[in-house]
Amino acid sequence: MNYPFDLQTVWFLLVGVLLTGYAILDGFDLGIGTVYLLAKGDKNRRTLLNAIGPVWDGNEVWLITGGGALFAAFPHVYATVFSGFYLPFVLLLFGLIFRAIAIEFRSKLESPRWRNAWDVSFSVASVLIALLAGVALGNMIVGVPLNAEMEYTGTFFTLLNPYSLLVGVTTVALFTMHGSIYAVLKTEGELQEQARKWVFGSIIFFALCYVLTTMATLLFFPHMAEKFRTQPILLAVPMLNVLALFNIPREIYRRNETMAFLSSCVAVATLMALFGIGLYPNLVLSNPNPEYSLTIRNASSSDASLTIMLTIAILGMPFVLAYTSAIYWVFRGKVNTEALHY
Amino acid sequence: MDAEALARIQFGLTAAFHYIFPPISIGLGVILVLLEAAYLKTKDRTWELATKFWVKIFAIVFAVGVATGIVMEFQFGTNWSVYSRFVGDIFGSALAAEGIFAFFLESGFLAILVFGWNRVSPKVHFLSTIMVMLGSHFSAIWIIVANSWQQTPSAYKIVGEGVLRRAEITDFWGLVFNPSSMDRLVHTVVGAWATGAFFVLSVSAYYLLKKRHTDVATASLRVGIPFALVASLLQPLTGHSSVAGVAKNQPAKLAAFEGHYDSTKPMDLVLFGWTNPDTKQTTALKIPGMASWLLYQDARRPVTGLDKFPKEDQPPVAWVFQTYHLMVGSGMLMILLAALAAFRFRTGKLPDCTLLLKALVVSVALPHIANQMGWMSAELGRQPWIVYGLLRTSQGLSKVVSAPMVLTSLVLFTVIYLMLFALFLFLLDRKIKEGPTLEMSSKRSDRGLI
Repeated sequence: MNYPFDLQTVWFLLVGVLLTGYAILDGFDLGIGTVYLLAKGDKNRRTLLNAIGPVWDGNEVWLITGGGALFAAFPHVYATVFSGFYLPFVLLLFGLIFRAIAIEFRSKLESPRWRNAWDVSFSVASVLIALLAGVALGNMIVGVPLNAEMEYTGTFFTLLNPYSLLVGVTTVALFTMHGSIYAVLKTEGELQEQARKWVFGSIIFFALCYVLTTMATLLFFPHMAEKFRTQPILLAVPMLNVLALFNIPREIYRRNETMAFLSSCVAVATLMALFGIGLYPNLVLSNPNPEYSLTIRNASSSDASLTIMLTIAILGMPFVLAYTSAIYWVFRGKVNTEALHY
Repeated sequence: MDAEALARIQFGLTAAFHYIFPPISIGLGVILVLLEAAYLKTKDRTWELATKFWVKIFAIVFAVGVATGIVMEFQFGTNWSVYSRFVGDIFGSALAAEGIFAFFLESGFLAILVFGWNRVSPKVHFLSTIMVMLGSHFSAIWIIVANSWQQTPSAYKIVGEGVLRRAEITDFWGLVFNPSSMDRLVHTVVGAWATGAFFVLSVSAYYLLKKRHTDVATASLRVGIPFALVASLLQPLTGHSSVAGVAKNQPAKLAAFEGHYDSTKPMDLVLFGWTNPDTKQTTALKIPGMASWLLYQDARRPVTGLDKFPKEDQPPVAWVFQTYHLMVGSGMLMILLAALAAFRFRTGKLPDCTLLLKALVVSVALPHIANQMGWMSAELGRQPWIVYGLLRTSQGLSKVVSAPMVLTSLVLFTVIYLMLFALFLFLLDRKIKEGPTLEMSSKRSDRGLI
């Protein structure tokens, strides 16, 4: 099988890059959310929030932009998925809004009850968002019932199949690990020691989910692995993925947190790549009736539109990358509660 | 109620609620740039305190704006999927441009604006403030471009049949400069400036009334009053060119604005009153022929009325009529208040005018009324079309979504938005009562900024 680098493929890659960017960036702050309640005491919790304080808003922009890019490049996918996955998306919106409120507002009052309520909202919303994102990805692998009109014909419960739920839990585990490593990177002292324990715990949890998901995928959804047989060069991706994962405990053990975090970023990115390779050139698999699947061919915008958008992206992305890196550079280093933002 | 009515209510509610916040950010962003420029130039601590105080307020407004904005993007897909399929090819470019040129800029530099006082040099901080301000303006540009295309579609071709029928873009600049985009952009942005300005006026007037933080309040007014005056004086002009465009491109909307039913007659300018589309009567205080004169410099020139449009192609006339005049009325009050405030402020007597100060405190609502009413008249005036002349609103609805589903999400969003609004007011109130504090002075400015 050869991969013609036509406009549709380029946009498949670009939407993939945006959603991968979201997974890496919001992944760690959602992950902070899942371990957040384990941190005892107001000071430790504030430190964790301060670690993500300056960046979470920008991280979420990757989701908004990814959603926008999906709408722009593959309007039929956007329309089918968002109207078909109606209730999960309403729940996702809830999670996102609640989480935003919780982060911004928890430290506004001294009352422990007020703070605890927001702490729990923040944590639950973070888990919920990760879970829903994972369930959505899972359903992309399983396929969903579509009709000839490109409309979803299933119900809410169609989406809650065991495999998709497993992918959902795996996503929560992945983000928990990713967030714990970020916590180690950004904190010091007693809290950092605690975060190191979260890393080891979440790695074991993730490893279990990872093995289960891989086995289930190979057994029940072999189409996801087909391209690796025909294009063995692609096997570099899963190999890099496994190497990155094994490198994490090693770097944590050597107290080289930066490398551990980078490895974790590579792990997230390669997992997304595995998903993308498996899916290509489909975007929404129809199951049953695979002939109704939405692909990068029948679901995309016109070539004229894709060309204009590509021009805009090529002009703008260098600036975005430059100043985003600069901003992360400004906020590098350890955080504490000295600067009490939250 | 059917799914369509519920989905329209949901869109109206979420859009109206979301639109409380972006205009404040846009207007306040400009004021932040002006305040910080004054601080950099004079090194005066009052300017510094004022800047830092408004940055704190800005951060709250921005956060709620982002949280409510996410819903807007998802909603096109959830409730209006047929519409999304129809416009996706056109909106793609505008959305891509907004994402790349606006969202990242605004949210990225916001981190430095709010948290970066001690991490970057004053000049870099000032640059970040400018970037945040530009980001919110860029965002407005692309959203208005897309929205204006729905009002006055151009640079497109219709392709495909049935579910695949859609508009495809033929020329990017034709989309950007569609017949109504620039007029509507200017009118919207200046409205946002007025919103930010009156927000600053209101809080500052409150401080003057309470005789607290008077130095910071006066500094804010020095920037806020001229800005409010300029913005509210510009609005009738920008509004006029918008209406001239409506007259040319959307005659049914114009006729509904003024409750004009008879195409053989010149159009009157209504000040206030009511209209009944069933009896085709408009009972109002009006200046005969004035609208014709404003549009064509000829008070006797006939203007297309609603009689030219079959009932099923007419907008909800009474709604469009009332919302339009409420917008104009609020705008006039804003000019009056801004002018009075400017006059009193110049003569240094503003702190003693208790009545005017009280009026200014309440005046924060005026630009919001004007914004909401203006948008309602613009969007209701487009009905029954979701894309003017091409796609009816009733055709744009998602096929697979049922009324109970929309009702569920409508109820949930209403509840969460009410909570959000209560929290927003509560936090704003606390920040305002707390005021600009010593904590914000240079050395310890990193603390408690949000």
